[in-house]
Amino acid sequence: MSSMDWLACLLWVPALGVLGIVAARRHANLRESVTLVTALALFLSVIQLAASGESPRWVLAEPLPGLELVLSPEPLGLMFGLIASGLWIVTSIYAFGYMRAKHESHQTRFYACFALSIGAAMGIAMSANLLTLFVFYEVLTLSTYPLVAHHGDDKARAGARTYLRILLGTSIGLLLPAIIWTYHLAAGGDFQPGGILAGRVDATTAGLLLALYVLGVGKAAVMPVHRWLPAAMVAPTPVSALLHAVAVVKAGVFVILKVVVYVFGMEFLAGVPFERALLWLAGFTVLAASLVALRQDNLKRLLAYSTIGQLSYVVMAALTLGATAGLAAALHIAAHAVAKITLFFTAGAIYVASGKTEVSQLDGIGRRMPVTMTAFAVAALSMVGLPPTVGFISKWMILQGALEADQLFVVTVLVISTGLNAAYFMPIVHRAFFREEQSVPKNHGEAPPPMVAALVVTALLTLLGALAADALIAMQSPVMLAGRVE
Amino acid sequence: MILSHAQVLVVALPLLAVPICALLPGRRLPGVFATLVAWAVLALALLLMQEVSAAGVLRYQLGGWAPPWGIEYRLDRLAALVQLLLALIAAVVLPYAARSLSDEVGERSGGAFAALLLLLTGLLGIVATGDAFNVFVFLEISSLASYTLIALGRRRRALVASFRYLILGTVGATFFLIGLGLLYALTGTLNMDDLAARMPPLAGSPAATTALFFIVVGLGLKAAMFPLHQWLPDAYAEAPPAVSAFMAATSTKVALYALARFLFGVFGLQQLTEVPMLQEGLQWLAVAGMLGGSILALRAADIGRILALSSVAQVGYILLGFALLSTAGVAAGLVHLFNHALMKGALFLALGAMIHRCGGGELARLEGVGHRMPWTMAAFMVGALSLIGVPLTAGFVGKWYLVSAVIDQSAWWLVAAILVSSILSVFYLWRIVEVAYRRPAVMPPRAEAPLILLLPTMLLALANLLVGLNSSPLVSWAEAASLSLLGTGS
Repeated sequence: MSSMDWLACLLWVPALGVLGIVAARRHANLRESVTLVTALALFLSVIQLAASGESPRWVLAEPLPGLELVLSPEPLGLMFGLIASGLWIVTSIYAFGYMRAKHESHQTRFYACFALSIGAAMGIAMSANLLTLFVFYEVLTLSTYPLVAHHGDDKARAGARTYLRILLGTSIGLLLPAIIWTYHLAAGGDFQPGGILAGRVDATTAGLLLALYVLGVGKAAVMPVHRWLPAAMVAPTPVSALLHAVAVVKAGVFVILKVVVYVFGMEFLAGVPFERALLWLAGFTVLAASLVALRQDNLKRLLAYSTIGQLSYVVMAALTLGATAGLAAALHIAAHAVAKITLFFTAGAIYVASGKTEVSQLDGIGRRMPVTMTAFAVAALSMVGLPPTVGFISKWMILQGALEADQLFVVTVLVISTGLNAAYFMPIVHRAFFREEQSVPKNHGEAPPPMVAALVVTALLTLLGALAADALIAMQSPVMLAGRVE
Repeated sequence: MILSHAQVLVVALPLLAVPICALLPGRRLPGVFATLVAWAVLALALLLMQEVSAAGVLRYQLGGWAPPWGIEYRLDRLAALVQLLLALIAAVVLPYAARSLSDEVGERSGGAFAALLLLLTGLLGIVATGDAFNVFVFLEISSLASYTLIALGRRRRALVASFRYLILGTVGATFFLIGLGLLYALTGTLNMDDLAARMPPLAGSPAATTALFFIVVGLGLKAAMFPLHQWLPDAYAEAPPAVSAFMAATSTKVALYALARFLFGVFGLQQLTEVPMLQEGLQWLAVAGMLGGSILALRAADIGRILALSSVAQVGYILLGFALLSTAGVAAGLVHLFNHALMKGALFLALGAMIHRCGGGELARLEGVGHRMPWTMAAFMVGALSLIGVPLTAGFVGKWYLVSAVIDQSAWWLVAAILVSSILSVFYLWRIVEVAYRRPAVMPPRAEAPLILLLPTMLLALANLLVGLNSSPLVSWAEAASLSLLGTGS
């Protein structure tokens, strides 16, 4: 098969998967098998596409004269595609365990929407222009809504409503105007190395436009548009994993990185004074989110605020401008993905096995669930940014990028935030392993095997990721250096 | 032989069918007959569309009297587009009405379908004619038919709604007539081409400006231009669903067509630019409609009212396109005019199917309707997405061009207004979607609408997607229409 066929597979495989899942709705085992086969086939397609090294153009439609919907792979998108499709496999296995153990209803809808949102993520990853990106971005929002509202009770619906309001509101109110404006200014919206806006706009307009993008991509959860993330915590845990690690927030920071690199161009942005203000906003988000996380007792809410902080690392790195910082941003997307998915998997495993949701209940749980809590510890190390995890490497590179660009602000934020991260993650680990259990309400062991298997795999990825970082950096280097060569 | 008279036949055919339809016995027969008439009209409209694309402008002298003495029928690209839209909507809605309307009025539905055909005749006539007074006559024909049709609603409040529309509609018609009278007094002619030729020397004169004002207010009332929209929510919510669908898709559009025709085809750009504050005034009115309609829709409790108030907002978009007084703006307005008919048609037809099954259009009554009628609700969702202006639907196309045209003039506050209104539309439509997919305590059994109601609904929903996927024919046609309209005016 040619690279074009593999590219087509990226949309067709999830689409057929959705149909297969719906068709097999009466046979749970068959339905789960279809999900898994789809996930594997999709991962294989992305690998084949990446391995081919070609970038075919697939024109999906031309809704307006001269305005096309096009998919075309490039290194950043391939990386996002690999993360999303790869983690989908693990998440599916985890979900089989979780959904069955919790006897969740509407499992067919769950798996179908899941496949649909992965398809949308593929579309975002491969989109070759802003319009295509926007279309798939909205499909992702809409297809994850039923997942967030899964339980269907008032609380779930209220959370899902906040989720949808903020994401749709920002995307239609800020992102879409930014896109239309860009099309107007640059006479097109195709992603190009080195950017398309350079020389076409003055610095003030560019600053305003950048602000529209940074705040319009609500999925990147830069304050003040972060509120949807804690609200979406009502969803089942596999969905939280999807939101936080696989597709949704990753799509957000990916879009920002892509806009910075391919629409503005780093060289051009360096001459935009207002860009600093957005950098400060991202830095503020990092610190504020960490401070809020410090005060959370609910484990999933704590993780949600941790995600907000980590996302702004990526935004901050992207806005630091410079090859190293850009690479660091890309690497941190991957690093955060594997570590955060592990954390959510463990949170779900604790919930399924013991019914506990609060940090204060976790005393001594490490002895009952040693595998789970070890995985938690590994992922927490990565979050704080300590070796030997992948989080250490990405954080190191952000630091290096900041020093190269003389951004002492970024350095300061990183140092403080590392301390804060340690301050809210390490007590949990300490509590789990070194404190005595308060009361003995229920005798439990580890969560069901599929869940444990999944979180072990992602924890290993968090460790091994450190070894794969070189390959990832080699893959992304051409992107970040493109602006300079010209 | 017939072909050479197609331009008149397209109006005469439904007119001649009206008395026949009124005399037809039975419950189903009039509906079937009216459907056949509508399909014949569609065939004629398609034929004319083809001829216009070849010839540019078609002219027909009624009774062989040469203009400006006789009445001239004149079909250019703009008129052909609206004519096709009318014929299309009629051809889709009438089979639906054959079931839904005849169920509402019961035995002897002949009168109702006669009124519907009369409404169609009036609207087609406004578009077909090149004579200003003739526009007034057809406007009155269509209005009288609408009053009757609204009064047929199942609740007694329909009578009040109809009466209210009657009063306001008559006021509008009077304003329009006074405007025409002034024009006639100034120029001594009623033929629109002739009028246009005599306008330039009068540009900026108080009398011409007064005439302009009266005509804008008169037609604005018919088009439900904010704040002259008071009649519309009641009328659409109380009329029988098939009638609401037809009127929502066509009536206000034709009034807007007439407005564009008079603004650009009669007065002309030069005149318009010389009237102080006219452009700003129209833009303010448009923005007031876009925001006011949406805000009112946020609080309405009946889906019919929500959709009707959203129409007020959408009329604002179209008016805004016109008020830019640029080729791009008028083209955007026309594209949105066409597309809005498609989306509102689909939405009201879907609503009608729900009312058919659930007995009413109040939000409270429609709890869980998405589970009961999945296909109808799917069509509704497509219409709603199009209304919001999501890419790949028809609604996006019009908004894209509208925003581009606004950016061309660097009117940033207008861009902001369009966006705020779009976001508000997400909110008011979301209320419907949420209720529709909420599970009620006791779930009634699944009951999809009958096929004859479902098919037209799906057809219009599909049209939204088709235009969304490939809009180039529509866009290029609208651009040519706008170019020739503004070109002849100045």
